[in-house]
Amino acid sequence: MNRVLKELFRDKRTLALMFLAPILILLLMSFIFNSNSTTNVDIATVSMPSNINSNLDNTKHVNVTKYSSKKAANKALKDDKVDAIIQKKSDNYDLTYSNTDSTKTAAVKMAFKNAMTNTTISTLKSKLTLASTALAKVQSQIPNAAGTTTQQKQTSSTPKITNHYVYGNSDTGFFDKILPILMGFFVFFFVFLISGMALLKERTSGTLDRLLATPVKRYEIVFGYMASYGILAVIQTIIIVIVTVWLIGIQVVGNIFYVILINLILALVALAFGILVSTFANSEFQMMQFIPILVIPQVFFSGIIPLDSMAGWVKDISYIIPIKYSGDAASRVIMQGQGLGSLGLDFGVLFIFLIVLTILNVVGLKRYRKV
Amino acid sequence: MADLTISLKHLVKKFGNQTVLKDINLDVHTHEIVGLIGPSGAGKSTVIKTALGMEVADGGSAKVFGTTMPNRELLANIGYMAQTDALYYDLSGKENLKFFAVMKGLTKDETSKEIDHVAKVVDLTQDLNKRVSGYSGGMMRRLSLAIALLGKPKLLILDEPTVGIDPALRRQIWKELQNIRDEGRSILITTHVMDEAELTDKVALLLDGKVMAFDKPDVLKMQYEVDSIEDVFLKAEGDL
Repeated sequence: MNRVLKELFRDKRTLALMFLAPILILLLMSFIFNSNSTTNVDIATVSMPSNINSNLDNTKHVNVTKYSSKKAANKALKDDKVDAIIQKKSDNYDLTYSNTDSTKTAAVKMAFKNAMTNTTISTLKSKLTLASTALAKVQSQIPNAAGTTTQQKQTSSTPKITNHYVYGNSDTGFFDKILPILMGFFVFFFVFLISGMALLKERTSGTLDRLLATPVKRYEIVFGYMASYGILAVIQTIIIVIVTVWLIGIQVVGNIFYVILINLILALVALAFGILVSTFANSEFQMMQFIPILVIPQVFFSGIIPLDSMAGWVKDISYIIPIKYSGDAASRVIMQGQGLGSLGLDFGVLFIFLIVLTILNVVGLKRYRKV
Repeated sequence: MADLTISLKHLVKKFGNQTVLKDINLDVHTHEIVGLIGPSGAGKSTVIKTALGMEVADGGSAKVFGTTMPNRELLANIGYMAQTDALYYDLSGKENLKFFAVMKGLTKDETSKEIDHVAKVVDLTQDLNKRVSGYSGGMMRRLSLAIALLGKPKLLILDEPTVGIDPALRRQIWKELQNIRDEGRSILITTHVMDEAELTDKVALLLDGKVMAFDKPDVLKMQYEVDSIEDVFLKAEGDL
């Protein structure tokens, strides 16, 4: 284990790759990403006029649920059942966004604006027809009627709209949402690649054979690798977290320590995975070939691309993707400030991945020594 | 007769459909250097791997120190040197030695003493702190041998130990191997260099998955009525 670390720290390029590459890519992505796409949003409304409600509901990709009180709506927001709350307070509108997904926030804003305009137009129309029927009757009252409509228009079209954000602010972009997942992805990708390569080298150079010709136990080799790459993963995660917080300026609501912990476990999963996969590769080049097969799909199903819009069976694939769980857990810590208790499921699944892969590795080494 | 260290009886080993070892009978005793010669692909490395317990015999028995292999604990008493150098290139020679010493379960005091000793044997004392990536081919081979010598194992299994080593050093290494034998330890060695085979106490000629001949070099030479092991080798191959 000591040896693995020593060897790693001598290999300056690999280290640079592990620590600097994620920073570079993260920075680049933060500049590039801030685009939007269509997603489905759920809006909770409290004491809203029914015409605005139905207008909202008629908008594509928008579901409206009525709540009797602000309290109930707030609870739904917290439970992730709805993405935003719209409340009418006398003539003003109060909007609260969970804002964990900026595309959703933007969609809600858009839908609300459209609904408001539609409502204004329809009220305006009815006022106008009213005015025109009156016109035929009382011609002398024309300026008066017109005056009322303009007045009506003014009062109904300019209610004060207040925006609230549960997480972040109006500047929170798409990037902020994928960041917790990206963090996990970088840890996973680099640990996977480098550990896989390291074991491959050990195997092709014959040192693994030699190692196995000593009375060392098979699990000691696997654990030694895990311990050293675990340390490396911790350093890498800390660097990534520092970069995201200080350089890119991401708000972390929860405990940063939990984020590191999540990524450490993910790194161990990646390590076990890398070692396992490396036994199926005969050269570095073949190891690289596993990237499109095994690593890239992880990106698709990790949650960077919203899973709710996918078909059911595609969605099911995401359940076997380790990054999904770490990304899920990290998002919840960073954006909603949840504690360890509520992350039990994600942690549990990650641990199961880890244990299964480790056992497979210890057994897999039997290929090279029969005891 | 001295004690039996390695005892292979009617050993059979198959890889898939291919039978690599058909019927291997080979005994190595203490106070003995046994040379294993044979053409490439005859199964020399497979014999060694089976003796180490890296492969399991498909038939017959493989025993080391009277215990059936594979057995993990026994590996502490075996020094193994593979055909490839199997070194960590980013580490220095000393770090390589230290690492394998720890893996073999040596204590700290033993480790530093052993490292000094084996480095002297292979004449690497001055280069121990250099990184292996800067070593020449012969130096790597020597370091690899030094690793096998660590911890004074009772049995040394060496796969082509003297490839790429210059004659003066080769002689020195053989002298050390003979010292090891005289201490009552045993050595199983494979080689391509026929005059080295003459230096062994017994030669096993491996051909076609069988031990065709196994005796003292002189006896073999008489049997085949030739005057060098090289000719024995060629004649045995021709007879096949």
